[in-house]
Amino acid sequence: MFYIHCPYCGEHREEEEFHPKGQAHIARPADPAACSDEEWGDYLFFRDNPRGIHHELWVHAVGCRKFFNITRHTVTYAILETYRMGEQPRFTAEYPEGRSSRDAADQAPLREGVRA
Amino acid sequence: MQRYSGFGLVKHALSHHENWERQWRNPTPKKAYDVIIVGGGGHGLATAYYLAKEFGVRNVAVIEKGWLGGGNTARNTTIVRSNYLWDEAAALYEHSMKLWEGLSQDLNYNVMFSQRGVLNLGHTLQDMRDIQRRVNANRLNGIDGEVLDAKGVQALVPIMDCSKNARYPVMGASWQPRAGVARHDAVAWGFARGADAHGVDILQQTEVTGFKIRDGQVYGVHTNRGDIEAKTVGCVTAGNSGVLAKMAGIKLPLESHPLQALVSEPLKPVLDTVVMSNHVHGYISQSDKGDLVIGAGIDGYNGYGQRGSYPTVEHTLQAIVEMFPIFSRVRMNRQWGGIVDTCSDACPILSKTQVKGLYFNCGWGTGGFKATPGSGHVFAASLAKGEMHPIAAPFSIDRFHTGALIDEHGAAGVAH
Repeated sequence: MFYIHCPYCGEHREEEEFHPKGQAHIARPADPAACSDEEWGDYLFFRDNPRGIHHELWVHAVGCRKFFNITRHTVTYAILETYRMGEQPRFTAEYPEGRSSRDAADQAPLREGVRA
Repeated sequence: MQRYSGFGLVKHALSHHENWERQWRNPTPKKAYDVIIVGGGGHGLATAYYLAKEFGVRNVAVIEKGWLGGGNTARNTTIVRSNYLWDEAAALYEHSMKLWEGLSQDLNYNVMFSQRGVLNLGHTLQDMRDIQRRVNANRLNGIDGEVLDAKGVQALVPIMDCSKNARYPVMGASWQPRAGVARHDAVAWGFARGADAHGVDILQQTEVTGFKIRDGQVYGVHTNRGDIEAKTVGCVTAGNSGVLAKMAGIKLPLESHPLQALVSEPLKPVLDTVVMSNHVHGYISQSDKGDLVIGAGIDGYNGYGQRGSYPTVEHTLQAIVEMFPIFSRVRMNRQWGGIVDTCSDACPILSKTQVKGLYFNCGWGTGGFKATPGSGHVFAASLAKGEMHPIAAPFSIDRFHTGALIDEHGAAGVAH
């Protein structure tokens, strides 16, 4: 049973209030009609599926009903952080100990696990 | 290979069963093979077995990180059926069903395949329409199936609550009499013994740590016991397929999820068929040992931890008790999780990749056990000939870019 901190409610709640919605930070192509089949298929179906640190989208389904992100380890299942939509993760595959800031500006481009 | 028989049993009884030969060797890896199979579960061992037996490729190694059949082969609920909606999937699973029917004789190993039938219940009008459509599609594909009403279901499973008082009353079901269950460990061991007898080297506790690729052609693997060469490598590693693919620089349209199952304390015979319900979402059968074998849906999040969440267990048992109030005070003995590699269209991937000679057989998601012999057979044919077998061809990885998906989700009595 996860206890998940909802960054909007500011509280820890039980897993059953939430639903996982798959990998986070997947941007819908700005112009779908201009996508090749390859790009569109990648957007729809291909996921990182890492064994390790994973950024995922969750929804507080029976709470505030807002979407937010969780960084979680897919083997230990440890939740490293939860953060609001639009924010960047502190914990990534490159920085498993965490970075000091969530600002996108001072971060190196992310590879695995984050594509936004 | 020493053949098993009733006579042999009597003969070995005279020596107190102390002189049975080992079922397979434990060889040291050779430098090179014709074909390497990565993954010593049911599908991988079946592939090796059919490669050696039917396609004459005997210089084969099966490389397994742990022990044989220790992953999802050991963790599933052993249900075998072939009542899939779409032609492509029906062909694949029915091919497998036909192999199941002669498997114990073929392997000279009792896989305890028991054709006790599978019920897929309908609880809503839409369920019943889907069931009718699916059964009709099955019959056109030569797969047995019947549509039952609630009375028919009650006659088959007297202990089930088929009354109008249930929260989700049973309206009917599809019934596949040829479906059933098999003994999961025996499947892995039977294929391993058969493959070994045909000269396949089964290398346990050997972990693949990378691929040797030159000019877009695979020519071997790195392992913790040294490099092993082969121009054809087939990866059959279920939940870890994505991890393996990444080593070769390939992305797969898979997500690995925990899928849980549990068994109860052993009971006297009470349930002689398999009951699955999509709507209240659970499935159950009784093993020959007497335990109720219970499963339901995946945990919704990605995970490689081979365990799941308790809320999922609770939902599963709610569904079972809803259908079988008689089981409400049965105690559960064991609970576990396996890592299933799910595709977005709930169909597997049997495919070549952009790396020449490197093949993947994965994405079986929550329903791979039933396909073990068929998957192994068509994958072996594909590896031996270098061209995908006609039954396997529609399951190419390309379908996620061409859009030719085989959408079995929800349509096939897939309880996930």
